[in-house]
Amino acid sequence: MAVLVVAAHDGATVKESTGKVVAAAQKIGGDIDILVAGDNAGGAAASAAKIAGVRKVLHADGMGKQLAEAMEALIVPLAANYDAILFAADTTGKNVAPRIAAKLDVMQVSGLIDVLGPKTFIRPIYAGNALTTVESSDPKIVATVQPTAFKTVGEGGSAAVETISAPGGALKAAFVGEEIAKSDRPELAGAKRVVSGGRALGSDEKFKAVIEPLADQLGAAVGASRAAVDAGYAPNDYQVGQTGKVVAPELYIAIGISGAIQHLAGMKDSKVIVAINKDEEAPIFQIADYGLVGDLFTLVPELRAELEKAGV
Amino acid sequence: MKVLVPVKRVLDYNLKVKVKSDQSGVDLSNLKMSMNPFCEIAVEEAVRLKEKGVVTEIIAVSVGPEQAQETIRTALAMGADRGILVKVDGDVEPLAVAKILKGIVEAEGPQLVILGKQAIDDDSNQTGQMLAALLGWPQGTFAFKLDVASDKVTVVREVDGGLQTVALELPAIITTDLRLNEPRYASLPNIMKAKKKPIDVKAPGDYGVDTTPRLKVLKVTEPPKRQGGVKVKTAAELVDKLKNEAGVL
Ligand SMILES: Cc1cc2nc3c(=O)[nH]c(=O)nc-3n(C[C@H](O)[C@H](O)[C@H](O)COP(=O)(O)OP(=O)(O)OC[C@H]3O[C@@H](n4cnc5c(N)ncnc54)[C@H](O)[C@@H]3O)c2cc1C
Ligand SMILES: Nc1ncnc2c1ncn2[C@@H]1O[C@H](COP(=O)(O)O)[C@@H](O)[C@H]1O
Repeated sequence: MAVLVVAAHDGATVKESTGKVVAAAQKIGGDIDILVAGDNAGGAAASAAKIAGVRKVLHADGMGKQLAEAMEALIVPLAANYDAILFAADTTGKNVAPRIAAKLDVMQVSGLIDVLGPKTFIRPIYAGNALTTVESSDPKIVATVQPTAFKTVGEGGSAAVETISAPGGALKAAFVGEEIAKSDRPELAGAKRVVSGGRALGSDEKFKAVIEPLADQLGAAVGASRAAVDAGYAPNDYQVGQTGKVVAPELYIAIGISGAIQHLAGMKDSKVIVAINKDEEAPIFQIADYGLVGDLFTLVPELRAELEKAGV
Repeated sequence: MKVLVPVKRVLDYNLKVKVKSDQSGVDLSNLKMSMNPFCEIAVEEAVRLKEKGVVTEIIAVSVGPEQAQETIRTALAMGADRGILVKVDGDVEPLAVAKILKGIVEAEGPQLVILGKQAIDDDSNQTGQMLAALLGWPQGTFAFKLDVASDKVTVVREVDGGLQTVALELPAIITTDLRLNEPRYASLPNIMKAKKKPIDVKAPGDYGVDTTPRLKVLKVTEPPKRQGGVKVKTAAELVDKLKNEAGVL
């Protein structure tokens, strides 16, 4: 058995999610290799090599922004060496993995949250309101892994890094540009604490004035409901939920969020959930460990003052 | 140019699913079924392209049971020109749907296929990418904004961390994200008109596709229930609980 884990990275280092996908790979069993594809991603390849229990790292430079068309050309020829190919269920993994699966004539397992055997997995359906246990009859496994469901594999390895060449040939897709917000806050998907705001914030000014200072005081990432994003209070990549990001921090604070099932799908596995909402019947209170009923515009400043008193 | 829009019939997004007590699946009996919301966004985008004069014909396709006709009718009422129902009872996995769609693309010759990014029942997020791979076409997934020219399409995509723009040669595959547009409601006259628009009925075999699932469902269960906690009266009490009871500060 051999498993290929396709790394998520920023060029300099692999993201924590890669260690979590390696944890899923360990449950499948066999040798584990990591593929680091990108541009000037030597640093990321070196950090992948340190993950415990990895056999080798394949490093392909000249892969630009990991466009799906290029990734398909790189990974499909490697597939012969592997029984399973795993990606993190982030936007890159979701974009690339199904192309590989289709080329290999494999039905992909999306967003798996547990591995019961080399071909048996649990994955959420219906916004996480049901869990399905599936057994694949395909010769190979192609899957995306929900990183929040696994404990990361730490450092301690010293795998060899093998350079492989990027595929040649023209692509029918080209990268034009990107708008990636630079932030000193932790990344939402892997954050230990998350403060999220909903439609109740009312404007982007108020979102910034109320949610962000609380997040910064707690060293938390900022999240949002779909309604807040749609209304332009927060950027799209803040959206937590069924069709946004799935988070499972130690502390999740939902402020002015009603708790629609699509939102809950993205945060219900958080360790401790706090809800602040003026409607005591809001569904968010059904899953919150601690609920505070009242107007967020008075309660959040009070909370900040109390945190300060407590030395936070 | 012709556009193909695959639309899936799913449990209405407002409804909560019930898991069957024998763990064989979810119970959909007597529940309202609707068009998958991301597919509505796909239909809307195609209709807007037609209104702009970029697109000449919109074909809505659904793979599913007889009742998926209703989903196609909804697309026709929104502005699609004709429909194709590929009739299959039981679940059809994204890989098989992609293979069927490939057959339809080869028969119809569209320049664009606009799909939803994700069906809200299986939450797979696969079909568009798979279709792109099977056809050897480029893909613009999770589209936030589209700009279609005669030989290429520029797609702004929602990605982790922000937005990414790619340029794709036509023909191409697009999958829609939530903020691409706000789908219209069909007007009564358009609903009446849609009743006269043609729907072809096909079978997977017409495209040489075997829809036998590759993933065998061993069981479907309810997720562990999270217990609601307590209401606290003040911010001070909250901080105390977080610090001394939950230990997360
Ligand atoms: C296909 C699809 C996908 C979706 N995906 C997602 C997703 O990924 N993530 C997501 O979040 N949603 C998603 N949604 C949307 C979801 O159904 C809800 O519409 C959305 O989560 C509601 O956001 P909200 O809670 O901010 O707004 P609302 O439901 O309007 O809730 C606002 C809350 O704020 C409270 N409030 C108002 N004023 C105050 C105040 N001054 N102080 C305190 N509380 C106040 C109100 O009591 C209310 O509970 C999706 C929907 C669809 C159809
Ligand atoms: N049975 C189906 N019939 C028509 N279109 C489908 C079907 N299944 C999936 N699709 C299309 O593929 C998109 C993504 O679905 P999925 O890959 O299942 O999450 C949907 O939004 C539809 O556009």
